[in-house]
Amino acid sequence: MQELISRLKELLESGSVQRVLGWKKGDFTFNPEPAYFNSAEELSEFVYDGFCGANLSKYMIKASNLEGVTAVLLKPCDTYSFNQLIKEHRVIREKAYIIGIGCKGKLSLDAIKAQGVKGITDIKGAEIDGDCNELKVETLYGEKTVSYKDSMLERCHVCKGKEHMIYDELMLESADTLDADRFTDVEIIENLTSEDKFTYFQRELSKCIRCNACRNVCPACSCRKCVFDSTKFDSEQKANVDPFHESMFHIIRAFHVAGRCTDCGECSRVCPQGIPLHLFNRKFIKDINEYYGVFQAGEDIGQTSPLTDYTLDDMEAEERR
Amino acid sequence: MSLTNEEFRPKIVAFCCNWCSYAGADLAGSSRLSYPADVKIIRVPCSCRVNPMFILRAFEKGADGVIICGCHPGDCHYSTGNYYARRRMTLLFSMLDYVGIERGRTRVEWVSAAEGVKFSQTMNEFVETVRSLGKNVRLGDLRCKN
Amino acid sequence: MHGIGVFVCHCGSNIAATVDVKKVVEMAKLEPGVVHAEDYQYMCSEAGQEKIAQAIKEKNLSGIVVCSCSPRMHEATFRKCAEKAGLNPYMVEIANLREQCSWIHKDIEEGTEKAVILTRAAIAKVNLNTSLEAGESGVIKRALVIGGGIAGIQTALDIADAGYEVDIVEKTPSIGGKMAQLDKTFPTLDCSACILTPKMVDAAAHEKINLYTYSEVEKVSGFVGDFTVEIRKKARYVNMDKCTGCGVCMEKCPSKKAKSEFNSGLSNRPAIYTPFAQAIPNVPVIDPTQCIKLKTGKCGVCEKFCQAGAIDYKQKDEVITQKYGAIVVATGFEVIKLDNYDEYAYSQSKDVITSLELERIMNAAGPTKGHLERLSDGKPPKNIVFIQCVGSRCAENKGKSYCSKICCMYTAKHAMLIRDKYPDVNVTVFYIDVRTPGKNFDEFYRRAVEEYGVNYVKGQVGKVAPQADGSLLVHGVDLIDGKQLKISADMVVLAAAIEPNPTVRNIATMLTASIDTNNFLTEAHPKLRPVESPTAGVFLSGVCQGPKDIPETVSQAGAAAIKVVGLLAKDKLMTNPCTAKADELLCNGCSACANVCPYGAISYEDKLINDHGIRKTHRVAVVNSALCQGCGACTVACPSGVMDLQGFSNRQIIAEVDAICR
Repeated sequence: MQELISRLKELLESGSVQRVLGWKKGDFTFNPEPAYFNSAEELSEFVYDGFCGANLSKYMIKASNLEGVTAVLLKPCDTYSFNQLIKEHRVIREKAYIIGIGCKGKLSLDAIKAQGVKGITDIKGAEIDGDCNELKVETLYGEKTVSYKDSMLERCHVCKGKEHMIYDELMLESADTLDADRFTDVEIIENLTSEDKFTYFQRELSKCIRCNACRNVCPACSCRKCVFDSTKFDSEQKANVDPFHESMFHIIRAFHVAGRCTDCGECSRVCPQGIPLHLFNRKFIKDINEYYGVFQAGEDIGQTSPLTDYTLDDMEAEERR
Repeated sequence: MSLTNEEFRPKIVAFCCNWCSYAGADLAGSSRLSYPADVKIIRVPCSCRVNPMFILRAFEKGADGVIICGCHPGDCHYSTGNYYARRRMTLLFSMLDYVGIERGRTRVEWVSAAEGVKFSQTMNEFVETVRSLGKNVRLGDLRCKN
Repeated sequence: MHGIGVFVCHCGSNIAATVDVKKVVEMAKLEPGVVHAEDYQYMCSEAGQEKIAQAIKEKNLSGIVVCSCSPRMHEATFRKCAEKAGLNPYMVEIANLREQCSWIHKDIEEGTEKAVILTRAAIAKVNLNTSLEAGESGVIKRALVIGGGIAGIQTALDIADAGYEVDIVEKTPSIGGKMAQLDKTFPTLDCSACILTPKMVDAAAHEKINLYTYSEVEKVSGFVGDFTVEIRKKARYVNMDKCTGCGVCMEKCPSKKAKSEFNSGLSNRPAIYTPFAQAIPNVPVIDPTQCIKLKTGKCGVCEKFCQAGAIDYKQKDEVITQKYGAIVVATGFEVIKLDNYDEYAYSQSKDVITSLELERIMNAAGPTKGHLERLSDGKPPKNIVFIQCVGSRCAENKGKSYCSKICCMYTAKHAMLIRDKYPDVNVTVFYIDVRTPGKNFDEFYRRAVEEYGVNYVKGQVGKVAPQADGSLLVHGVDLIDGKQLKISADMVVLAAAIEPNPTVRNIATMLTASIDTNNFLTEAHPKLRPVESPTAGVFLSGVCQGPKDIPETVSQAGAAAIKVVGLLAKDKLMTNPCTAKADELLCNGCSACANVCPYGAISYEDKLINDHGIRKTHRVAVVNSALCQGCGACTVACPSGVMDLQGFSNRQIIAEVDAICR
């Protein structure tokens, strides 16, 4: 960690980068937030630990318009998003100095709470230098110990791997966290009856408050103006008056990112209502893999996206199972 | 008040490409091959012009079924339009199925300008399927738990 | 001023019989934006159009909806009418009340209800229409004819005579096509070669016609007025400029085992060959699958004997690129394979032949030098049975559902010619119906029956059984007498169905021309535009559009030619203004749209955009409206809805959806 901070200082002081895009301490140890660091002095606020889940690649869209080079810290899974943004001409590669940083799995406060922990005031054991086996949670009711693994975000259980798809230099070690199949939940839903599928999604989507957090955090949702905010389809939504619009929002949003979504899991991470939004994206990913061959957005910039591609003997809509 | 299947007249929106399916519908018309009046056709230049927004909008506004008709693969007037449409609709309809919208409410069918008979048969079948499913309420209700 | 006019057509009683047009008018008046609505007997008539024009002027209409027949029928008519009255032609929408409503719904209440909804949708759309201006594109004054049979030759001659350059691309080594294989032609019994050969010579000699024989179309891009075509000239291994056509090479060639395509496989030809004596060009080709030199490197006999030094074993295929304003498809037909018709013993007996094979047998240049004889033993046949509709008018999957149209007449011709030349031969024809709709056709058939004593039996043949003595026992049924027949024949001739040349599917795909389930190319309108494909700039000539005899083919070829000439005579074409357009202000520049554009019409530019006072340089999509054909693939690829299609905009379609579902 010290090594990382020294390197960032060096980059800033040498003038080879104008700023660093990383995370700074939050009000608590468990809520750091994305931040720019414009000088070596500002780095005193810098933090990188198990709670730094935010995918910083989307910030590079704006940072690409700033003067000079931005050093951006990207975890392995974030680099898929960054690649996808390069492919879509949304970021400028030369404006980013990518430090590929290691990751030992990112934590979810909801997952910790789900283990029966209440009144959390501080959490220790999330440091990137540590062994990341257990977390010491200080609560209003005394200290508790929970397993690191059980406290991880869903996406880390289905981790894409320790490799960075794009970087200028690598720092810090990563750990293997994969211990589940990412399509298991999708399959369970697929096997439900139509009625039960509906009941399941009705229960989940009913929680949505249309705060747009999912849209704002999503690296693929980077349109200058979202269709749901524009008049292009007479679909602008001024208030939550029509429940239909809400379900339409999630389906269309998933459709718009289909073939572009890297499955970074940010949508589910930031949803304040805990809706498993990744289940929409994963459904498209699963279908694409099954129908058109395995495809991972952001893996290879040169590869054609499945939705802007076709083969003469693609499956018919009526043939899907 | 619930309607029995006999009384229920579904609202069906059919998107037809100008070159094949719309002409196929014209041929069905000039050949006097009837299909239920519940089907209303919207002319689009190509099946690839059909945006998922249109389909969801139709359901939002009360459609009970939506069908997309285009040229047979390989025969697209614009060479490739229906290939893109095929992928888009396969994925979209799979998603609608996934969230619990009955599969029978959505359909893709390739109808050439010479297939008046197929057009009429397809519409008859589709209306029958949608009629048996009854009124479409699910997409609208997806967000409001009773 | 915004005001919509609605014009409801009765179409005589076509619409008015099952749609209450007065009600449609009344309901239309209630729709937002509508300031005028009326009905009339025939809106497309001069008086009807006058009514529209008058209303546009008097009420200062900003858009009109015509509730009539399909827009594919009269959209252009009403657009012109609007334009004359001073309204932008793209401010016109059609509600298709005839094909989509009155013709299919019998119940007047139901029909009227649907008519009202369709009208409402058209009104909702026209409310959002914008004035569009058609652009212009140039016309390349050169035509391409694909196929060098009688259809292609005639089309090319007619276009060339009007003064335009024409290229004929023919797959085989010579032009002439199927007609060159025929012996005589109905209904006048002219010798086929005698009337075809002069046309072939004319085509070859015409200064405006350029022949690409032994060549195939490989790739087509572009659009009406400006097609770019790649043509593969297959290696002939003979230098066309040097060859004198003396024919010594063909005589000397030691490899003579290949089946002659021209003689329907009934005789052999050398590896270096011209398909037939009158071939044009009279330059042989070497068949690389047969040539000993090309296969083993040893031989070289033809090269040795060629005094002109024209043989070139190293010749390679050559691909040339040429631009055309119009393309005519004249790819013709093939006789179907008879694999599914074992009951007629075609594969078991040499004496069961197709009618095309009989043409070759009857022809003086054919395998038997024109003597009618059995292929099995060379004996003259005494009893010949003709079986009609083999694979035509077949309800099952094994054959073709359509009538091949030419078989009744050529069988009458064959029967008549045989009876004329060999009066002692008995000729029996089994038929379903005899179809003779053509000038002097029925008279011709009557002569076969009445003057030549051909025995016509209405009924079908169930089986042809080859016998030990070499004869063929034909099991048939006479439907008129209601009895089973067993006829001992020594030759059976099958009137096999014809089907479009199998290559046409590939050609149709390249041209984006539509094709029906039987692989016949679809015409733009079966009655009113029979020689045009729905794809602009592509025309149809001959059997590729549907079964035809020679007189019909020649007339259609001429019709296709005049359509081409009509196109090439123009200096400018109006382009379709319904093209895609990006909203520069909001475009992400993500390239999704360009990835799906089949015409390469979308490029990207870094543009200085003024976003509410903030100036920024953005990468934005720019559509080349001359290349864009308006399919709309890009509009759906664009997640932010920034790419839209003029004339079929997102908001217009949404408005239609809303109106229908209201």
